[in-house]
Amino acid sequence: MDYVVELLDIRKEFPSVVACDNITFQLKRGEIHALLGENGAGKSTLTNILFGLYQPDSGSIRLRGREVSIPNPNVANHLGIGMVHQHFKLVHNFTVTENIILGSETTNGLFIDLRSAAARITELSNKYGLNVNPHAKISDVSVGMQQRVEILKMLYRNAEILIFDEPTAVLTPQEIQELMKIMKNLIAEGKSIILITHKLKEIKAVADRCTVIRRGKLIGTVDVASTSQETLAEMMVGRKITFTIDKQEQVCGGSTLVLEGLSVRNNNGVLGVKNLSLEVHAGEIVGLAGIDGNGQVELVESIIGLRKVESGKIFLKGHDITTLPIRDRLNSGVSHIPEDRHKHGLVLEYTVGENLILKIYNQEPFSRRGLLQREAIAEHSNRVIQEFDVRAGQGAATSARSMSGGNQQKTIVAREIDRNPDLLIAVQPTRGLDVGAIEYIHRRLLGQRNKGKAVLMVSLELDEIMNLSDRIAVINNGELIGVVDANDTTENEVGLMMAGIKRGAMA
Amino acid sequence: MRLTGNSPIEGYRYLFSGGAMNIERIGNTLATATPLIFTGLAVAFAFKTGLFNIGASGQMLMGGLGATAVGLTLAWPKPILLTVMMLVALFAGGLWGAIPGWLKAKFNVHEVVASIMMNWIAFWTVYYAVPAYFKGPFLETESRRLPSSASLKVPWLTNLFQGSYINLGIFIAIATIIIIAFILDRTTLGYELKAVGHNKHAAQASGINVNQRIVLSMAIAGALAGLGGASFYVGFASNMQIGVLPSQGFDGMAVALLAANSPWGVFSGSIFFGILHTGKGFMNAMTNIPPEIADTIIATIIYFAATSVLVERLWERLKKKKILRFLEKSDVGAGGGE
Repeated sequence: MDYVVELLDIRKEFPSVVACDNITFQLKRGEIHALLGENGAGKSTLTNILFGLYQPDSGSIRLRGREVSIPNPNVANHLGIGMVHQHFKLVHNFTVTENIILGSETTNGLFIDLRSAAARITELSNKYGLNVNPHAKISDVSVGMQQRVEILKMLYRNAEILIFDEPTAVLTPQEIQELMKIMKNLIAEGKSIILITHKLKEIKAVADRCTVIRRGKLIGTVDVASTSQETLAEMMVGRKITFTIDKQEQVCGGSTLVLEGLSVRNNNGVLGVKNLSLEVHAGEIVGLAGIDGNGQVELVESIIGLRKVESGKIFLKGHDITTLPIRDRLNSGVSHIPEDRHKHGLVLEYTVGENLILKIYNQEPFSRRGLLQREAIAEHSNRVIQEFDVRAGQGAATSARSMSGGNQQKTIVAREIDRNPDLLIAVQPTRGLDVGAIEYIHRRLLGQRNKGKAVLMVSLELDEIMNLSDRIAVINNGELIGVVDANDTTENEVGLMMAGIKRGAMA
Repeated sequence: MRLTGNSPIEGYRYLFSGGAMNIERIGNTLATATPLIFTGLAVAFAFKTGLFNIGASGQMLMGGLGATAVGLTLAWPKPILLTVMMLVALFAGGLWGAIPGWLKAKFNVHEVVASIMMNWIAFWTVYYAVPAYFKGPFLETESRRLPSSASLKVPWLTNLFQGSYINLGIFIAIATIIIIAFILDRTTLGYELKAVGHNKHAAQASGINVNQRIVLSMAIAGALAGLGGASFYVGFASNMQIGVLPSQGFDGMAVALLAANSPWGVFSGSIFFGILHTGKGFMNAMTNIPPEIADTIIATIIYFAATSVLVERLWERLKKKKILRFLEKSDVGAGGGE
């Protein structure tokens, strides 16, 4: 069999964990081979070994049948291995060409030969249908285009084996379609692709074979066409997963949150949210869909009180809270699961117990006359940890920093939902979590809805929005494009709205 | 030391034994350590809130000036007078700390810049005020000596330690450590301040008024340094000299670093400094090692002590990071944030 890359019996141990437990992974020439696993399963360790960022403790790497050692990424580049990182590594005020040649500039005496580089980029771009303008500035092009620049960067360096690390996380559904077409073009031209992902739908759509790893162990390599999504999921998680969320119809109550003509400035001083009006009722989940950076952050921050409102009003249960300080808003029934759990969600240096009282430490019984009441705090945190199934090694005394991302998120979810808020604002509540944790958090959000509370969920994952929401509000460039009923729309329609095309204007 | 033709072993022996050889020297060690405890706490406390208080020297000067001014003007009974003096020092230092805190909160002026400026304002204020209002009998550059009723020195303590500089300041310092440790550990205020120091975004999102806490933290830090000034100028010394920015303000940073910002660590760190400073004179006297070398040695010891703490912490962090990185492996990115 014609294998381009063979990782044979790779073992890699870190202090206290085995990241790769004798894993064998073989990539055929001209195939798209998916690497599937939950977070922390060992996918990244394995590919980082191939890319030269880690050295294996044992096992061997074979390239086109020859055994090689890859001590660093430069060697990997030389051997024709390229990687598209999840977070693009581009210089924003450089042009596409400048970014692509960065590190391997062709020179003309003392000067960089930009012209011939640009010509070559255009040629490559046409060959693979990438449609990239070599003279555009990175700061001016879309995220999908930036990703194609990253792909070009590898092609420019003659990479034969391309590693894509969670490439679809930042793309709109239409951009994902585009990317898949590009990937098919690439293999048609003889390249081989390793696709790291935990999205089963994408694997089904594009991959030829799929290798599943779980907790550092190889579970198996399967042929994608003959394997169902359910089987793949079960291999990944180790138990049966229910995909469909049991959502009962329910009549929703009065409006809990009302936004009236809200305008908010973003960090650059221009309006990030423009004259936006929206209502969230008791007993419903409103999903706010949109591509990253289209005003979601500004909108949420203005509701929480982290950002000043330029004009317009915010009402909570009929009371105007537009200018209230943050604490008063929290106390009148707003909870917030922030997008960045390390920045806004947790004090990592604090223990789980201390983090669980972050919003209630000043209330009885957790403190009296300015003194913290340790017993009450311990009792509270033990109960919450138990109830929300937060896995913390040393219970309430575990430092937040030492926990896994999923359990950190659960800690935040526990803290916010335990306050029994009338309005829960959840921003990307499952970002970067594994299937098990996602399932759990979704259940909790639905629980709030079923209790008759209002939930505003902001997410970049269209699946999440489609599955959970009762109504979907779509935001583009700070404007509300429209609100649609979740039962009465399609992924495609929402995707188009995310791109700024209003409903009705579509045909 | 070798270069100056002396035996290093002997030098070190004298350096350390000089600080703890007899009761008087132990007393002096404690007396030297007293202002350091205050300034060390002043730096450590601000650090807990994520602020770098480089202005302890100026806060000390203002505290000392306030206390000296009261002590030289009022002739009240000793217990009342001392209490008032300490309170004045507390407020003067507190004000001197609060100003950079306020500038930071209101205009986002970096507290390091602001508190360095405040150091010089204090320096020149003393330069003007002492000769103008509290001039000594002989020297233009010193204030009058404080009457014994306004000194933190008390005869029973001085006698107990056979004529050393030790004074009531040490008791106030220990009491302060206990209070600060209590505030940081047990109160909602400490909880808020530490939350702001560790992650002000999360603190703000939880409804803590971050700016207010910054001002308060700097005010408390300043008050601590102000008390340190009082303990130095009306305890250790009995008058104020002009044209000197007290080095304790800066040594306080080293103490806080050695202590990893823990209040009781500040205590041990200050005692360590006290031993070195007291032993310095003894080493000079007993060997031919020049005093400049002695200071160099002290600086070197502190340097290594401090870096060893740093190296250790760096090591810990690296280890933690590795494990973390592993745990969040596929999370890299998606989890975003490390």
